[in-house]
Amino acid sequence: MIAALPETLEHRMKDVGSCGAVIASLHGASKTFGDVRALCQVNFAVRAGELVALLGPNGAGKTTAVKLFLGLAKPTSGTVSVFGGDPIHAEVRTRIGAMLQVAKVPETLRVREHIDLFSSYYPNPLPLAETLAAAGLQEIKDRVFGELSGGQRQRVLFALALCGDPDILFLDEPTVGLDVESRRVLWEEIRKLIARGKTVLLTTHYLEEADALADRVVVINRGEIIAEGTPAEIKASTAGRRIRCVSSLDIETVRSLPGVNDVRRDRNALEIRAASAEPILRELLARDAGLSGVEVTSAGLEEAFLALTLEHNQA
Amino acid sequence: MATASTTFATSTWERPLNRTLAIYLKEAKYEFLTRLRLRAYSISTISFPLMFYVLFGLVLNPKDTAVGGTTMATYLIPSYGTFGVMGASLFGTASGLAAERGLGWLQVKRASPMPPFAYFTAKVALGMIFSTVVVLLLLVLGFAFGGVRMPFLDAAKLLATLVAGSLPFCAMGLAIGYFVGPNSSVATTNLIYLPLSFCSGLWIPIMFLPKLLQQFAHFLPPYHLAQLALSVVGAGQHESNWIHWEALIGFFLICLGVARLGFQRDEGKMYG
Repeated sequence: MIAALPETLEHRMKDVGSCGAVIASLHGASKTFGDVRALCQVNFAVRAGELVALLGPNGAGKTTAVKLFLGLAKPTSGTVSVFGGDPIHAEVRTRIGAMLQVAKVPETLRVREHIDLFSSYYPNPLPLAETLAAAGLQEIKDRVFGELSGGQRQRVLFALALCGDPDILFLDEPTVGLDVESRRVLWEEIRKLIARGKTVLLTTHYLEEADALADRVVVINRGEIIAEGTPAEIKASTAGRRIRCVSSLDIETVRSLPGVNDVRRDRNALEIRAASAEPILRELLARDAGLSGVEVTSAGLEEAFLALTLEHNQA
Repeated sequence: MATASTTFATSTWERPLNRTLAIYLKEAKYEFLTRLRLRAYSISTISFPLMFYVLFGLVLNPKDTAVGGTTMATYLIPSYGTFGVMGASLFGTASGLAAERGLGWLQVKRASPMPPFAYFTAKVALGMIFSTVVVLLLLVLGFAFGGVRMPFLDAAKLLATLVAGSLPFCAMGLAIGYFVGPNSSVATTNLIYLPLSFCSGLWIPIMFLPKLLQQFAHFLPPYHLAQLALSVVGAGQHESNWIHWEALIGFFLICLGVARLGFQRDEGKMYG
């Protein structure tokens, strides 16, 4: 999926390692709602031209982080800075585009009318035709919002985020609830933004999405950042290989083998996580002549993510 | 992009006045279109007062029955005019605000560089536009079918009084919109709107109400607006207009205060 998009890859190569200026940041930001601690001492920066995915399970604090960046919530402690200022100021907001999770949008306005209104808030908006094209809305521009499908609705919200030609876009769960096809379409539009030199911070709980889009993934859980890096780095930072086999060895013996990170019994098979597979396989074969059904897979971002959040929850 | 980022912090950017004005107009225009197409609002706001007027002013009563110094058909124009203005204002502000606030749309707008005041102004403008339409249609009905005759200037004065008097009810709607949920806003508004209209003598002329209610009406804002409107056509209780204006202005300020509390409570929840 990534390889199919050479321009994205190229962009990624350029950006990883090279550092644009920091344009949005949280410094020691905490946010509590009553007794609930939504964010805890978060330090986090977004650099010009990168696409950062804030990845975490539901309730991890992703939306709260976005709200801080948008000036919709104020940190209980710590600071937020976007383009060197406080995002509650209109001057900063003219350079920000936002896509939030909305339960209901006025349904009797047409797509182009919604865009026309939001465009008027910005000093140098994109021409209507360009916004419609960028969000793939040309054919439904005259439809009223209430008649649109879920995917089309998300694309309209996306259009409202980009119509002001902002420098940075905050997309809160942009593809939540979409079918696979609509999700891919929206991914394509998001990639085009980066190709046009925009900066994007998106939140997601879809690992596939972070993997497919992001230059950098920031994993957040229970209001804390628990890992940060390129999708490849995140994968590498946790158990690298997963070995599945049917063996008569007992689970404790396997666990004690050097290099084994974790063992689980899955029906009649053992599932072993290890940094590399070969030394473990050698040991297993030497100890159990009847070893069968061996499967070795590399851990995906999903495994990495589960391992990271599990570790964090136990800590 | 990277270099521009440092220049913003200290500059005091301001949108040119003509662009700000353009946003206010556009916001009002689209608020109007949104509501016009929402038939639950546009049709009921306009048709209820007209329907009542036709029923009680033109059909059920002989239209030239003398009431409070004028004919029934004339008396009921300011009366149902007040009722219509109240409905257009309350429903124009309260339900929209409650829904948009409760279901996340207001937050999308607040994250944009929209001037916050444009949002409220659009709702108030909407209430005033629908108020104007209701009053004009009542006048047309009265002139065409009720034998109502008044100088053009008086008709204009009646319209101006009622539309100006819609402001306190717009403020009341905003106050309601800040304190009710998206699903209960219409019911809550009706619960306030209908009894208030009845007790202020908007449905049945005030002198036909029990004495106790007549006394009580002095504490109700719609009573004062209705009396101001009635005085234009030479009817009503003939009290000093200053009392009515003072009552309406006081009520307006109280509602604004409550709406402001709601606004701050909301900001506090999100920005506190």
